[in-house]
Amino acid sequence: MKKTIFLGTLTVAGLCAAAASAATLDDVKARGNLNCGVTTGLTGFAAPDANGVWEGFDVDVCRAVAAAIFGDENAVEFVPTTGETRFTALSSGEIDLLARNTTWTMSRDTDLKFDFIGVNYYDGQGFMVPRELGVTSAKELDGATVCIQTGTTTELNLADYFRANNISYEPVPIQTNAEAQQQYLAGACDVYTTDASGLAATRATFEAPADHVLLPEIISKEPLGPLVRHGDNEWGDLTMWVLNALIAAEELGITSANIADMSAAPTNNPEVNRILGTEGELGTMIGLEADWAKNAIMAGGNYGEIFERNIGENTPIGLARGLNAQWTDGGLLYAPPFR
Amino acid sequence: MSDTDAHVTNAYFRETMIAQQPPPATETGAIKWLRENLFPTWLNAIGTVVSLYVIYFILSHVAPWFLNGIWNASSLSECREIRDATLGPDASAACFAVISDRWQQLLFGFYPSEAYWRPVVALVILLAGLAPVLFGSIPRRFMAFSLASPFIIFFLLWGGSIWLPIMAAVGFVIGFYVARALASVNQIVAVLGAIIVPILYWFVVMMPLVNILQGILPIGIMAIESKQFGGFMLSIVIGVAAIVLSLPLGIILALGRASDLFIVNKLSVGFIEVIRGVPLIVWLFTASLLLNYFLPPGTTFDLTLRVIIMVTLFSAAYIAEVVRGGLAAVPKGQYEGADSLGLDYWQSMRLIVLPQALKISIPGIVNTFIGLFKDTTLVVFIGLLDPLGLTNSIRASTDWNGIYWELYVFIGLLFFVACYAMGRYSMYLERKLQRENR
Repeated sequence: MKKTIFLGTLTVAGLCAAAASAATLDDVKARGNLNCGVTTGLTGFAAPDANGVWEGFDVDVCRAVAAAIFGDENAVEFVPTTGETRFTALSSGEIDLLARNTTWTMSRDTDLKFDFIGVNYYDGQGFMVPRELGVTSAKELDGATVCIQTGTTTELNLADYFRANNISYEPVPIQTNAEAQQQYLAGACDVYTTDASGLAATRATFEAPADHVLLPEIISKEPLGPLVRHGDNEWGDLTMWVLNALIAAEELGITSANIADMSAAPTNNPEVNRILGTEGELGTMIGLEADWAKNAIMAGGNYGEIFERNIGENTPIGLARGLNAQWTDGGLLYAPPFR
Repeated sequence: MSDTDAHVTNAYFRETMIAQQPPPATETGAIKWLRENLFPTWLNAIGTVVSLYVIYFILSHVAPWFLNGIWNASSLSECREIRDATLGPDASAACFAVISDRWQQLLFGFYPSEAYWRPVVALVILLAGLAPVLFGSIPRRFMAFSLASPFIIFFLLWGGSIWLPIMAAVGFVIGFYVARALASVNQIVAVLGAIIVPILYWFVVMMPLVNILQGILPIGIMAIESKQFGGFMLSIVIGVAAIVLSLPLGIILALGRASDLFIVNKLSVGFIEVIRGVPLIVWLFTASLLLNYFLPPGTTFDLTLRVIIMVTLFSAAYIAEVVRGGLAAVPKGQYEGADSLGLDYWQSMRLIVLPQALKISIPGIVNTFIGLFKDTTLVVFIGLLDPLGLTNSIRASTDWNGIYWELYVFIGLLFFVACYAMGRYSMYLERKLQRENR
């Protein structure tokens, strides 16, 4: 009996949640800001500066969405979430958009009832070893001690990879990236493995980064992307096309430097005109003003500019574009046409 | 022979006193102290030497790191450059520049910097409000200020309309007068009235009244959401609120557990055992995750408030058990003496039993509070940025990635100061209340 009441309450709560989430855009507009879930701190992707202003690669996605809706990149409330709280925060409606280095997997998309709106960073799991070990390939790591974060997909990927290659390893379980850095530097393990972007960021902080090498093998696919609740397709479309606009802008050469000129009057390129709202009515199709994409791109620049500013080769993290280059440059970024 | 005995004819005894001699070198001053305290036996001497070596070993590694600390730099790499330039690459030097760069964030979190004065003033008011409660030597009339201080502190920290805390305080005044008016009718009615009428007032009348008053006379300061609270300030807000609220709740629960009334007793036992039997981190996850599903969507019930409630309930269960120990230690004769004086239950508890029971419980209560204060750092797991959570955020900036000990030393120092002060106060209170061997 009691259980029935409990389940009934849950169902009602769930129904209400579904009903309320049906118009996220209206809620966001009424509230006057976007609630965006980010990490509590990950180098290059999201971190508050000394004045408490959030910055980073994921943060700029949030700002672009806010700018597309409100024309104001600062109309965002950043909600720091941990690995445990992120999904509940999104499904309960505490946040409207989760941009927190989340790997797009089938079960998250289906079972957890979320919709990934695209991929803003193609990552993969890599290895870092001290240069003095003389290792040049992950296949030479037979018998190595490996620092690995417990309870993550990296742990499972590692087991799969070593078993597939028929070599053995000894795991050193650690809890956080901070702990891993300390253990690795103290020599508690020969190898540190996590996402390649994280390895690069970690290595950049070492006293002697050149003493450590990243091995060429990438052993997993980690497409990291922003996600929204399942069931509100209008909201999902909006955020998806903001992300696509950032990617397409780079491909079409729209930058924060020339966007003012390009949007002042229709250019020779009809697709640029459609994105920037000087031609066609793409904005109204997603319930926004005609200049939505212009505002989104002006917030932090196009995808390439966001990448370069936060994690690119001129930052201490120094990530190359690699898979995250435009398809025209041999990468995987491929925005559907704006038509 | 010395000249003092010059005239002695009989060699067997002295006629004059010997002038006072200094004690032997081994029985005086520092040498005596060393002999008695550090080298009394061979075994102790070996122990002393080993201990001294251990202390030297630790200090020789830690002291240079501390003393070479670099305070002016904008990033860890700049710290390292300065160290290489001034001390050489192998020297160990702390990079305290991270603290001079981020100390405001570690203390106040994301609180707007132009409003930093508000938590500082609130802290002063908190200390001033606590003083009459903590120290008996301060005149009792300052208690009125202590009663008002929670509302002033609320107004300072959260801001907004000044009428909200004023009207909330009015609720307590209403409750007081309802109790007084109904006391002549029946005591139970008075207690119920004092609880129900203010609650009705708070939920039904208060908000419209606040809006009307705000419309007539808009006084207020910038409203600041508790989302923006962080750092050590968040720890203090959660810790102090939970400490202040959990003590009365814990005492009531302890009395309930000791009560003969069946329902009261079983409810108290059930509450205490359930809350105490589950780890605090689980309650925090309940507050942050599960409650969201039960609340109607769209209602954003402040996360910090939820955490304060959970931490309060958790601590109250522990306080209840500590106080129950105190109640059990009061001799049965005291209860019977109170009854024989014709005091009713509340009078005998208030005047005879609780003063003795609480005195016995002081070390346990303060112990619980110190534990509670340190447990506030667990909120990092639900994404609130307390000082420990902020270390992660600070490390996530490319400037300070790779910095550990400096931040932890600073945070440890903050917590040590607060907890040590609580411990000393507990000892002061015990000495002051000592009646037996005065």
